[in-house]
Amino acid sequence: MSMATATAQPVERENYLNKHYGVGSWLFTTDHKRIALLYLISITFFFFIGGFFALLIRLELLTPASDLVQADTYNKLFTMHGMVMVFFFLIPSIPAVLGNFLVPMMIGAKDLAFPRINLLSWYLYIIGGVMMLHCMLTGGVDTGWTFYTPFSTAFTNTKIVEAGLAIFVAGFSSILTGLNFVVTIHRMRAPGMTWSRLPLFIWAHYATSIIQILGTPVIAITIVLVAVERTLHLGIFDPKLGGDPLLFQHLFWFYSHPAVYIMILPSMGVVTEIIACFSRKRIFGYSFVAFSSIAIAVFGFLVWAHHMFVAGISVYAALVFSLLSYAVAVPSAVKVFNWTATLYKGSIHYDAPMLYAFGFIGLFTMGGLTGLFLAALGIDVHVTDTYFVVAHFHYIMVGGALMGYLGGMHFWWPKISGRLYPESWARLAALIVFLGFNLTFFPQFVLGYLGMPRRYADYSHMPEFQVLNVLSTAGATVLGVGYLLPMLYFLWSMRYGKPAPDNPWNAAGLEWKTPSPPTTFNFEEEPVVTWEAYNYEELDAPHKEEVPVVR
Amino acid sequence: MSDSTVVTLNHEEHRPELLHHFADEQQQRDSASLGMWIFLATEVMFFGGLFCAYLIYRRWYFGDFGAASKSINATLGATNTAVLICSSLTVVLAIWAAQTSRRALMIGTLVLTMVFGLAFLGIKGIEYKDKFEEHHVPGASFSFDHVPIPGHPDQYANPQHAQIFFSLYFIMTGLHALHMIIGLGIFAWLLIMAWKGRFTPEYYTPLEIGGLYWHFVDIVWIYLFPLLYLIDRHP
Repeated sequence: MSMATATAQPVERENYLNKHYGVGSWLFTTDHKRIALLYLISITFFFFIGGFFALLIRLELLTPASDLVQADTYNKLFTMHGMVMVFFFLIPSIPAVLGNFLVPMMIGAKDLAFPRINLLSWYLYIIGGVMMLHCMLTGGVDTGWTFYTPFSTAFTNTKIVEAGLAIFVAGFSSILTGLNFVVTIHRMRAPGMTWSRLPLFIWAHYATSIIQILGTPVIAITIVLVAVERTLHLGIFDPKLGGDPLLFQHLFWFYSHPAVYIMILPSMGVVTEIIACFSRKRIFGYSFVAFSSIAIAVFGFLVWAHHMFVAGISVYAALVFSLLSYAVAVPSAVKVFNWTATLYKGSIHYDAPMLYAFGFIGLFTMGGLTGLFLAALGIDVHVTDTYFVVAHFHYIMVGGALMGYLGGMHFWWPKISGRLYPESWARLAALIVFLGFNLTFFPQFVLGYLGMPRRYADYSHMPEFQVLNVLSTAGATVLGVGYLLPMLYFLWSMRYGKPAPDNPWNAAGLEWKTPSPPTTFNFEEEPVVTWEAYNYEELDAPHKEEVPVVR
Repeated sequence: MSDSTVVTLNHEEHRPELLHHFADEQQQRDSASLGMWIFLATEVMFFGGLFCAYLIYRRWYFGDFGAASKSINATLGATNTAVLICSSLTVVLAIWAAQTSRRALMIGTLVLTMVFGLAFLGIKGIEYKDKFEEHHVPGASFSFDHVPIPGHPDQYANPQHAQIFFSLYFIMTGLHALHMIIGLGIFAWLLIMAWKGRFTPEYYTPLEIGGLYWHFVDIVWIYLFPLLYLIDRHP
């Protein structure tokens, strides 16, 4: 393999970053790695917008009275926070950035199957994003990110249709990404890269793509119905005109519950790669981890109505959905147990990506277990629409998905940028994120259990909740620092960081057999895979030869 | 999965249609076809949400849906069904013509496909015009008063519930018509490609995946026609 030996040259060799220069070379690129960077910049922008809304929400809740903003403004703040974070940050985050960059490289392909469709998906994302920005700057939406009918279609006078269309367009970007991944994984694998040799990151993205392909169109048509009903005053969901608002909730959650798995599954894939690398072991129970991803994707489509236990669905339906929601916990637990079993007797390295992976396991487990509380009919009635729910899904979506994203960004940053980030700063940031996160969201579990409802600007009749809210706001500040740090030292490293070797972690996986940063077509010649995934025992075996590959 | 391990070193040999990141034509063709199938799965779910809404309201308001359905012109709908089935045949013939190097037949059948597509849209337009004149378009001027429920001549249909039927009718057939218009655009492009002689027995992938899309749009209509036009109709 020529690319394994072509390391250590002093001058910068040609790679995907320096091959072409100029704005046009970026805006019209079809290179999956450049599109990944376009996505990285765009979603980071939206992350900080969503974060800004979160900051205002937390500041308002610092005191019981609604003194910083009025209730109407507060409604808009949490709505826009949710819409931006869900549709413009979390859903594209790992698939569109790390997935775009790594899926072709991990399976030994030169690019995704449809490079131009890949670029189109980024443009759709940007069009949707610009529409969302315009909507926010000209008044925003106040319904909550769920835009429940008939409030959204018959009552609110905010910009539902524009926000809906923004999400509609961004949704097609998500569908096209998923479509590209499925075709690429089926058709573009290098010789010898069988399904059982695929990195589990790929399995996770395959499962994610299935949800993107089959779930997203349902919310697309739901948005069309909402927009038409609102514009023409029809009665599809409006009970006053004979429609059924529950139908809206069913259609909405049919996508929006699986959407949570769009956020968490890729993160699980990232964590699997990191755990194997930094405990220097083959992942425990490869096929169980692989198929648990598929099982989560499949079960994930069958549990949506657990968001509607108090909405008036039949008690028998609720029982079935409760049981099915418990069933999702099984493949999720399989993953957690397999990760911990991989750690057992591994030679564990506490590098920054591994710290994020540890954080992920702990926080995801907390989020998952509290999800079981909410799947239980009795407890759900008690804590519905309280901060308990808010804390639960932030443990999954921020503690889980975002920790995985940051872990992955650190793990593959040397490959993406060709530079090393400052390790001690990175460990410090990981610690700050973990502490800040728990300080922000753990008090919210308590708040919710004590009965503080979500989506209220004013809790002055319950002043005893202030202490926990102050803790939460303080935690959010710490968390904000934790998120700013990586952005700063990543930017710093692009200029001042040490050049990264091709495989700084001595990790398994085809992507590490390319130069750092890779060349435009990734591989000089088509790789032929003859080894299993995560062959760390072979990699760490006392020096045999240059490349520890049995050919 | 094409497990072809042939690494073609001689790049000049490649046909111009082969994109750089594919190993061979087989892989490229398989990818394009799988991509279209997955896109169609997306489309199934897209229309699926509408079918779900339709089924629920049809079950709730069966009598009103029957009365509303009876007011649309089933003869025009049946004609359109026949037109679309014929267009699917001409699409298949065009692919067969490409496989067997019959250029004139390929161009002729592609033109026929587009003629059928336009005829469908024209007939659809007549239907919409009738509905508009009868004040059956949902909205402010909607009116469906004193229309008896089929089988219950003494009962009138509830106009609100009939309006839900017409809302679904216009959204479903409207989205279907939008897909037809996109299909006509695709076939116009395919016709130009065929005219330029780009399709050969070795390379006709665009025809094949364009055809897949066209067949899908036809199949949606095959479901829409009985569901919307033939509720509780008796000779």
